[in-house]
Amino acid sequence: MKALRKYIDKIKPQFKPGGRFGMLHSTFDAFETFLFVPNITTLKGSHIRDHIDMKRTMSLVVLAMMPPLLFGIWNVGFQHYRSFGEAMPLMDNFMFGLAKVLPIIIVSYVTGLAIEFIFAQSRKHEVNEGFLVSGMLIPLIMPPDIPLWMVAVSTAFAVIIGKEVFGGTGMNILNPALTARAFLFFAYPQDISGDQVWIAEKADAYSGATPLAEAASGNLDNLPSAFDMFFGFIPGSIGETSTFMILIGAFILIFTGVGSARILLSVFAGGLVMGLIFNLWAFNEFMRIPFWQHIIMGGFAFGAVYMATDPVTASQTNRGKYIFGFLVGLLGILIRVVNPAYPEGMMLAILLMNVFAPLIDHYVIEANIKRRLKRLKRVTMKS
Amino acid sequence: MTKVVKITKGLDIPLLGEAEKIMKDLSSNHYAIKPTDFNGVFPKVLIKEGDEVKAGSPLFFNKYNEKILFTAPVSGKVIEIHRGDKRVLEEIRIEADGMNSHIDFGSADPQSLKREEIVEKLIQSGIWPCIRQRPFSVIADPYKMPKAIHVSTFDTAPLAPDYDFIIHGKGELFQTGLNALAKLTNGTVHLNVHSKLTTSKVFLNSRNVQINHFAGPHPSGNVSVHIAKTDPINKGDIVWYLNPQDVLAIGRLFQEGVYDASMVIALTGSEVLKPVYYKTLRGVSVKNLLLENLSEGPVRIISGNVLSGDKILPDGYLGFYHNQITVIPEGNFYEFIGWATPGFGKFSFSRAFFSWLNKSKKYRLDTNLHGGHRAFVMTGKYEQVFPLDILPLQLLKACMINDIDLMEGLGIYEVDEEDFALCEFIDTSKTEMQSIIRKGLDLMRKETS
Repeated sequence: MKALRKYIDKIKPQFKPGGRFGMLHSTFDAFETFLFVPNITTLKGSHIRDHIDMKRTMSLVVLAMMPPLLFGIWNVGFQHYRSFGEAMPLMDNFMFGLAKVLPIIIVSYVTGLAIEFIFAQSRKHEVNEGFLVSGMLIPLIMPPDIPLWMVAVSTAFAVIIGKEVFGGTGMNILNPALTARAFLFFAYPQDISGDQVWIAEKADAYSGATPLAEAASGNLDNLPSAFDMFFGFIPGSIGETSTFMILIGAFILIFTGVGSARILLSVFAGGLVMGLIFNLWAFNEFMRIPFWQHIIMGGFAFGAVYMATDPVTASQTNRGKYIFGFLVGLLGILIRVVNPAYPEGMMLAILLMNVFAPLIDHYVIEANIKRRLKRLKRVTMKS
Repeated sequence: MTKVVKITKGLDIPLLGEAEKIMKDLSSNHYAIKPTDFNGVFPKVLIKEGDEVKAGSPLFFNKYNEKILFTAPVSGKVIEIHRGDKRVLEEIRIEADGMNSHIDFGSADPQSLKREEIVEKLIQSGIWPCIRQRPFSVIADPYKMPKAIHVSTFDTAPLAPDYDFIIHGKGELFQTGLNALAKLTNGTVHLNVHSKLTTSKVFLNSRNVQINHFAGPHPSGNVSVHIAKTDPINKGDIVWYLNPQDVLAIGRLFQEGVYDASMVIALTGSEVLKPVYYKTLRGVSVKNLLLENLSEGPVRIISGNVLSGDKILPDGYLGFYHNQITVIPEGNFYEFIGWATPGFGKFSFSRAFFSWLNKSKKYRLDTNLHGGHRAFVMTGKYEQVFPLDILPLQLLKACMINDIDLMEGLGIYEVDEEDFALCEFIDTSKTEMQSIIRKGLDLMRKETS
C-alpha cells in the first residue's frame, strides 16, 4: 500500500486549488479518502475520537440492505419463472434477477454520484457519503420492470430537488429515495402501479397483482399465505417483499447503533394500532385483513426500517422520534386502506411526516424550554 | 440509607496508561503561569523579566476585574514573559531559586474570620482564581454571593487522577479549607462523592458540608452533572466550584499563612513508560517529567485529560486547572481503507466495529480524527452520553447561529464545554463541539454583562 500512498502523494499537488487539475479537487479528495482514512489530527477539545465516521455509518446501512437486495434479486427471477409455470434452480432465478436488477443499481449510482460530484465540486465541498445509501435504496423500491431511463430521471430529480437544493446530505427535508419514487409515481403512474410492472417479463394473462392490489380490490381469497408474504415469495418492488430479510437488516441497524430503535418500534406500533382500529370498524374487505398482516404486506416493513429511520428527515429529538414513528405507522396504514387510487400508503405517510418532523421537534424543544422556565418560576416563588 | 444519584447515560473510554498509585517527587526549576488558562481574563502584567519573586508575589491582574491577582507559585526569577501571535500573553516563566521563600499572609482560623477577610486573604495570596463560577466557567466574582459551592471529589474522565489517593492523610487541611468555603456562601457547600469509588475518610467524614453520592459512567464526575442533580442553575443563579486540591491550598493558607502551590499530578497515557503520581507545584514544566519516560514515535502531550485538556509542547507547562498530564500517540498517519476494516482493535461507542466483542480491552487511542468533517447526520446519538436535561444538538445549533434567546432557553447557563466532550468524541460528523459551546458561552457572557 506504500507505493499507492506514494503515488497519491505525488499527484496530490496537481489537484490542490491552483494546481493543474485544481477544479477536480473534490473528486480527487473523494477517491483519496475512500482509499485512505486521512491523516488529519484533532487540534483541541477531545483529542481522541471515535473510529466511526460517515463512511462507516453509511456503509453499514448499505450492508443492512444486502439481505433484502439478495433476496429481491432471487425473487425477481423466481416470480418471472413462476409466471410461466416453471420452477427453476436457485442460481437460475438469481441470475435472471441479477440481469434485471444490476442495471437499475448501476444507473441509480452513476446518475446520483455524478450529480453529487458536480455539486461538491462547484461548492468546493468534500463529497458526502449520503448517496451511498440513497443509491441503493432507490433500486430496492422500484418495480423490476422499470425502464432504466426512468430510474435515471427520478434519481436526478431526487438528488437535485430532494437534497442538493437544500444544501446536501444532512440538510434535506424529504427522504431522497422516496422523493425518487414519489416523482415516478406522479409522473409515470402506469409504470409504478397496477399489476403490469411487478413481475419482470411475465407470461401473458398471468396476473401480476401484489397482495395489496388484491386486498384493495376486495379479493381477500386471492391473498398469498401469511408465510409467503412474510418470507417474500410474492410480486412487489425489488427489495420490499420479504419482511424476514428486512428484519435481518433492521437487526443490523439497531445492533450497530446506526438506526433508531425508537422510530422503528413506534412505526410498527402505529401500524398495528391502525390495523386494529380498522379491524374493529371493518366496513369493507380491505379493513378485514387481520391487523398484523398489514406489516408483512407491501412496503410497510421496508419503509419502517430503511426510510422512516433516516436520521436526517425524521424527527431529531428523542421524544419526537416516538411521535414521528407512531404517526408514520398510523398514517401508512390509514392511507393504504382508505386511498382509492393507490393501494399503498407508506411512501406518502413517510414523506408527509418528513414535512411535519420539524414541527414535532419544535414542540419538543419548546417543552424543554418551558420546563426550564417553570423551574425558575418555582424557585423565585419560594424565595 | 444514603440517596445515590445514578447516572445511566455516558461512556467510560477504556484507555491504557492509568497512573499506578506510587507517589514520586518531581523536581524542576521551571514553572509558568499561563493567562490563557483563564476564560475571559485580559492580563495586565505587574513584573518585568529579571524580577525576583516569592511564592505569592503578584504577577498580573485582569484588566476587567482589577481586584483579582494572579501570583507566583514558587520563589525565583521571572525569566521570560512569553507572547504568542498578535502579542497575546501566553506564559510568564519563572526559574525557581530553590529558596522556597513565601510571602506571609498570616495564619488564622477561618471560622473566626468574616467573609470579607477570607475573600481578601484568598485574593491576595492568588488562590482566588482556583474558585470558578457557573454560568460561563470563569473565575468567581468575589463580590457576588453564590447560591452554592461544589467540590467534586472524583473525576470520571479517562485516566483521571484518584483524589482519594492524593488527599490521603490530609483531613485536617481539607476541613480547614472547607470551613473557609462555608463562610463564602449563604447556601450549601456540596461535597460530591462517588457512591462506591470514594472511600477516603477525608471526604466521607467532612463536616460543614452536604455530601452527595453519585454513581455511573463518565460524565458522572463532571461538576455540571452534580449541580444539575442537586440544585440546578436557573437564570440569574451563581454557583461556585473548585477542585479538592484547591481546598487543600486554601487550608494551608489559613493554617500556615502562605500560598503553598504544591499539588499532586498524575502522569498518564499509553505513551508513558511509567505512569505514576508526582508531587510538584502548580505550573510545573513537564520537561523533567517526560525525560526518558516516553515511548518512541510521535506523541501528543496534553495538560489535563484526553477529552478536554490542552495540547502542550514537550517543554510546556502544567495548566492552572489541571491535575494530570496525558501522553497519547499522535495520529498523523494514513490508514488504507480504514473505514472498511472489521476493526477488532478500534474502539467505538457504537457497535460499528467488531471491537464490541471484547468489552474488557483497553485501548491505545491516537489523535487521528478518523474521518472528514460532515453535516450533522446522526441524530439521537449525543443524548446517549449526555445525562443533563438539555437537548445537546439543539443547543449546539443555537450556539452556531448565535441565537442568544434560544441558547438561554435551552440551558446554556448549566453547561461547560467539557460536558460536550463525549458528544464530540462519538460524533460521526467530526464537529468541534467544545469550541462551539465555548464561543456560545463567551457570547452569552458578553451579552448579559
